[in-house]
Order: sequence, then C-alpha cells, then structure tokens
Amino acid sequence: MKQLVEVVVNGERKQLAQGATLLEVLAELELDPRAVVVEHNRRIVRRPGLGDVKVAAGDAIELVHFVGGG
Amino acid sequence: MTTAVETVLDTPLTIDGRTFQSRLMVGTGKYPDMDTMTRAIEASGAEVVTVAVRRVNLDRSKETSVLHFLDPKRVFLLANTAGCYTAADAIRYARLAREAGFNDFVKLEVIGDEETLMPDVQGLLEAAKVLVQEGFKVLAYTNEDLVTALRLEDAGCAAVMPLASPIGSGLGLLNPLSVRTIKRRLHVPVIVDAGVGTASDACVTMEQGVDGILMNTAIAAAQDPVAMAHAMRLATIAGRAAYLAGRMPRREIAMPSSPTRGMLD
Repeated sequence: MKQLVEVVVNGERKQLAQGATLLEVLAELELDPRAVVVEHNRRIVRRPGLGDVKVAAGDAIELVHFVGGG
Repeated sequence: MTTAVETVLDTPLTIDGRTFQSRLMVGTGKYPDMDTMTRAIEASGAEVVTVAVRRVNLDRSKETSVLHFLDPKRVFLLANTAGCYTAADAIRYARLAREAGFNDFVKLEVIGDEETLMPDVQGLLEAAKVLVQEGFKVLAYTNEDLVTALRLEDAGCAAVMPLASPIGSGLGLLNPLSVRTIKRRLHVPVIVDAGVGTASDACVTMEQGVDGILMNTAIAAAQDPVAMAHAMRLATIAGRAAYLAGRMPRREIAMPSSPTRGMLD
C-alpha cells in the first residue's frame, strides 16, 4: 500500500499518495487540468509540467479558476 | 438602418493595440443565476467581461466556474484582482489569471479600506510597476485623483479606471470635474469603473468624454438585470454621442427659444 502524506489543498488538509504528481492529484479530485490553474508552494506550475511535479508532506497547493466578479 | 450614433464619427475604443466594439464593459458577479447573467451580457452588447480568480470548490457537486456560461471566443475575459489588499496579493492573483491562458490584460485592484473599498494607491502603483514589467496590460482601478492617474500612466498602465463612486454603491458619478480632468490630462484610455446605479449615471459619465465605462452591480442587482443591461447599452451610446455632439453652454438665466419680435399688440 502506498504511503500517504498530508498536504493542504485550497486550505483543506488532504491525505495524498506520497510521490503523486500534481496531474494525479487533479485526477483524484476529478478536476480537468485545462480548467484550473495550479499553484504549488506559491509557485505556478504550468499545465505541461503538472505530471513532473510530485507532492510531498506539508505542501500547499492552490487550485483556482474564474468565477463571477466585477 | 441609420441610427443617431452613426451620424457622429467616432473611433473605436483601443486599449494597448486591442480594439473593442463596445464602450460598455460589464462584470459577472452577483447575478441571481447564470442564465440571467448570460442574457444580461448579451443585452448589454459588452465585449469586455470581467471575472475574478478564486479557489476551485473541491466539492464537485457545486460547479462555480463562470467559464461554463461564457464563451471566451465571443467575449474578452478581463480578470480582476478584486479582494486583494496588498500589492503582493494582487500580483499573485494577476499571475494566476494570466496562466488561465486567455490574455495578458488584468484589471488591477489593490483595496485599501474594507468599508469604502477605496483603492490603496501606493500598493496599486507598486503592483502596476511589477506587472507592467512582466508584460501585463494593466487596467488600474483607482480613485478620481489626477496625480495618481498620471503616475499610473507613467508606470505603463494600458488604461486608468477612476471610480464614479464606491464599488457597489450605485451613487453615480460624484466627481465629474475630476474625472474630466483625468481624461483631459491622460493619453491612455480612461474607463470609469464602479459606482453607476442607473442608466442616467452611465450617460452622464460618458458625457464627460471618458473612453468607456465598467459596471457590475447596477445591472446584476437591478430588478430586471436583462432589461437594465439593455438600458445601460443605450445610455452608454447616448452619453458618448452627446459628448461628441458637444453640449450647449450652461446659462443661469433663461433665453427664449421662440422669437421675441412679432408678438401681437
């Protein structure tokens, strides 16, 4: 069984598989990588790089998109 | 069909090389539902539509992305940095917005006070400089202060957006003289953003000669947002046409419109 690590996604604590890539994290959250922008530990990770960045314990991930605003 | 506005020669609104058909820009917040929003945007005739950057709801049952209801091929998405209280936050939000991949325009807001939502002009200038350096086309939401507007232009902003009155207040154009002065002194487009309440406010604002107007609540919070969007479209066109036509001088004493001679004994 894969070891789990705790990361914070959009302010919520989540248990994710150690070594999972950001692309895998999005898949697990059922989010379309084309519909979100990903920030990993305050650094924006572009779409082509999502499969290359692995999460580690204590990481902070922000997943954002456009909402209604003025 | 010839409409009144076509009798006056106008040039289209161009911001940093990008030309827009409508001088009215609209927000996408606070609508009762997404169907009303899309119909209101359609009725407004606006091409530039603002959106905000927020966290995705991880509970997928609540879909909140506005892009499900807007076609980025038909509207020009202008991301804002609303809700940011520091230059650093505004820069962070702007970078995230650009990464969404639509354009490099940003409506920069750095708010300095929670009650009035007045801009923090120091933070605004700081953020504007950084973002311009990074290649952003910055449309800076500011107050109606000329010196700040001049500094934002010097910083390389693509447009300066003085407020008519506080965001969401619906109080209309409180300081026409200052807005006119800003328009007269700046070379970049001046787009009044925030504070419009009803169509006459939009009309009076456009009559000052500004290049455009941006509004959200005046439409979204109207009793019938789609009908108000239509009214705002007409008011923006009317105000622009009146500005181009050039109003009559103001007089403090009456002057009869009919001849004073030829009256009967």
